[in-house]
Amino acid sequence: MEKKTLNIKLKVWRQENKDAKGSFKDYEVKDVNPDMSFLEMLDELNEELILKDEIPIEFDNDCREGICGMCGMVINGTAHGPKSGSTTCEIRMRHFKDGDTILMEPWRAKPFPVLKDLVVDKSAFDRIMAAGGYTSVRTGGVPEARTFLVPHEKAEEAMDMAACIGCGACVAACPNASASLFVGAKVSQFALLPQGRPEAARRVEAMVAQMDEEGFGACSNHGECEAVCPKEISIKAIARMRREYLAASIK
Amino acid sequence: MKLDSKVPDGPLAEKWDKHKFDMKVVNPKNKRKFTIIVVGTGLAGGAAAATLGELGYKVKNFCIQDSPRRAHSIAAQGGINAAKNYQNDGDSIWRLFHDTIKGGDYRGREANTYRLAQVSNAIIDQAVAQGVPFAREYGGEFANRSFGGALVSRTFYARGQTGQQLLLGAYSALMRQVNTGRVEMFPRREMVELVIIDGKARGIITRNLITGELERHLGDAVVLGTGGYGMAYYLSTNAINSNATAIWRAHKRGAAFANPCYVQIHPTCIPRSGDYQSKLTLMSESLRNDGRVWVPKKKGDKRHPNDIPEEERDYYLERKYPTFGNMVPRDVASRNAKMVCDEGRGVGDTGLAVYLDFAQAIKDFGRKTIEERYGNLFDMYKEITDEDGYEQPMRIYPAVHYTMGGLWVDYNLMSTIPGLHVIGEANFSDHGANRLGASALMQGLSDGYFVLPATIGDYLGREKLEKVTTDHEAFAEAENAARERIEKLLSIKGNKTPKQFHKELGEILWNYVGMARNEKGLKTALEKIPKLREEFWQNVKVPGTADSLNKHLEFAGRIADYLELAELMATDALHRTESCGGHFREESQTEEGEALRKDDEFTYVAAWEFKELGKWELHKEPLIFENVTLTQRSYK
Repeated sequence: MEKKTLNIKLKVWRQENKDAKGSFKDYEVKDVNPDMSFLEMLDELNEELILKDEIPIEFDNDCREGICGMCGMVINGTAHGPKSGSTTCEIRMRHFKDGDTILMEPWRAKPFPVLKDLVVDKSAFDRIMAAGGYTSVRTGGVPEARTFLVPHEKAEEAMDMAACIGCGACVAACPNASASLFVGAKVSQFALLPQGRPEAARRVEAMVAQMDEEGFGACSNHGECEAVCPKEISIKAIARMRREYLAASIK
Repeated sequence: MKLDSKVPDGPLAEKWDKHKFDMKVVNPKNKRKFTIIVVGTGLAGGAAAATLGELGYKVKNFCIQDSPRRAHSIAAQGGINAAKNYQNDGDSIWRLFHDTIKGGDYRGREANTYRLAQVSNAIIDQAVAQGVPFAREYGGEFANRSFGGALVSRTFYARGQTGQQLLLGAYSALMRQVNTGRVEMFPRREMVELVIIDGKARGIITRNLITGELERHLGDAVVLGTGGYGMAYYLSTNAINSNATAIWRAHKRGAAFANPCYVQIHPTCIPRSGDYQSKLTLMSESLRNDGRVWVPKKKGDKRHPNDIPEEERDYYLERKYPTFGNMVPRDVASRNAKMVCDEGRGVGDTGLAVYLDFAQAIKDFGRKTIEERYGNLFDMYKEITDEDGYEQPMRIYPAVHYTMGGLWVDYNLMSTIPGLHVIGEANFSDHGANRLGASALMQGLSDGYFVLPATIGDYLGREKLEKVTTDHEAFAEAENAARERIEKLLSIKGNKTPKQFHKELGEILWNYVGMARNEKGLKTALEKIPKLREEFWQNVKVPGTADSLNKHLEFAGRIADYLELAELMATDALHRTESCGGHFREESQTEEGEALRKDDEFTYVAAWEFKELGKWELHKEPLIFENVTLTQRSYK
């Protein structure tokens, strides 16, 4: 069963470092196997570039199975590319056609500065988590696991929210560069569980304050974040965050 | 070098409690005067850094990715074991201990493994308190499942993302400590050297992966939680940035490397499809709970699997192991897949795959139930292979997944270098020659949350450490060594990319130090590896510069280390002429083709001391079993 290979043209954002001015550069990749992953296609291109004494394209990635959240680029205008519910590393070349030109850009958002080529700095997310994305428990000093029962539905809903991989696609897709889906998902996970309730008010205030300080924009209900989220987290997360925030402000 | 396991006296069940009492406790006011360097932010490193911060120590925590939340623990799917016995099916600490020792083919240290089982329950309590959304029954109780070779349901899970949820729990605890200022995070850093002063581990040299700068970090103790070395095989289920550099550099500075030949090859991975392949994707072995493994009875049967009638199929695991069937431990399942493929009965284009069939399960429970249980795995399979696992059997094949070997540590998780502690997959300690499913998460968190934070206090409380600064000559020497290596790599300007070397090395290891090993093959590997290493240092072509973000320079440094480590893996595999767990020597098998241990000769940990490139001295730590009887494993 020989599969028909593809010839693909790429327009890739190249930027030497944080302070340099970037630009698009054209490349061509021939005989691409449609079963190849998008990043493997880039690997092959980089191998060619190295042998031609050119500087390979830098892009962040790690697990290559859609769970670590390190990869991410805007492919033909869509964060993480053509297949919904997928990260960049999960995209296969069969989603493209022979002769296609693919535009590749880094996440574009002020709080995510470009470090090189397609690599951006997403540490703003870590700082938001440090502000309140936890339950304040100490190792060892906790009750037995069965102390609080959690009904199946609540656990499932909390899991839907906890599935966030922190990739930043929601920010990249949002016209306001808002991090509301990211923050809303974490706030919701804890709000839905008995373990997270005691600090719910303090948490949502602290995380939202840090989100604002990092320079993320406000949410104006475009819903682009939900559309690109590789874990398909619902914007109900944002609604819940607002409710929690409101509740916190009228204690 | 003397190996002292420091296992405490007394009955097995009382050792850890007694030891905790006997250990020195650092005065709370003094804790903040100690700086502990923790390398790695996975379940082991992240949990350790968070807990040490909570205790009041000053912690410097390093990771290679852009955020501590990316560590590869995140990719673990199936679950985490604990001896809670919530299902009332006869589980206990003793049973979990016994299963783990037996599963490891009696090549693990009894006291460590028992402690692991003891601590397992506290891990679940901890994770739940952190808000980890484990699967629940309708009434709110935990849903547990049986997993990979266990006859009791002791596995806790959060969909197919248990590793992610446990890691995010540890990460959130860690970020809380970052917020208090007790933990300082250093992301996008690679440890490139260990610094030893006065015989003790006192610091590390890191490379800032954005600027290329080499940085000096001083501490009172160093903890490595940097994972395993499966990436030496090139193709594995590991992440692209997983590597062995931290443990290898520590090894070359005096930390003994134990049982490097113990490598776990996971049975349920998606088979490779082409030369471009960069990694192999694992599908949780929970699939084996409902899927049936088979190949055609006839060699070279090219029919579509759905056209092969029932009586022409060989459900070889069910046939050979009627008790455990498709649930046999990973090493047994993997080896049997290789055997049927070697017989010419493998399936798919390459003939290197077996079927995992859900037709019966769909008939019994309905497609909806199967979707609920494994939907994400079926989706993933379809995305990668373009085939529908609901309509036809999946194809699976084993892939390198986990390394049981690692730096040798004593009961306190300290290596042969005083002050250097090693936790999680990076050490060798708890799984013997084979790790059971859902036990890696357990060990990482056990080491990180509960064991290391207690034992490191004892070390700090006892040792008198010299007052030094990063101007010490040992720092200068280590930094120079790192710089010279980087400059050398960039100056060769040869004709082959780092990846080409990595692939070649991976092929050597897979062919000769893979699922089945023999003397001739291992000797071939020992000829080929040094040759490839020599060629690497003459002909590698590394692009770019040292003072910038340069992924291929990072890769080249790691591959240089694999080219040395691989030789030790083959050396260890050659010396151990018995079969045990993940190490199968073809010369040592029963008449039925099962792994045959040689307990008289090999009931020891093989700890290798680095002498010079390609030369090691073997030290043996005898394994003493006072509480279990060694038997030949049987899953029939």
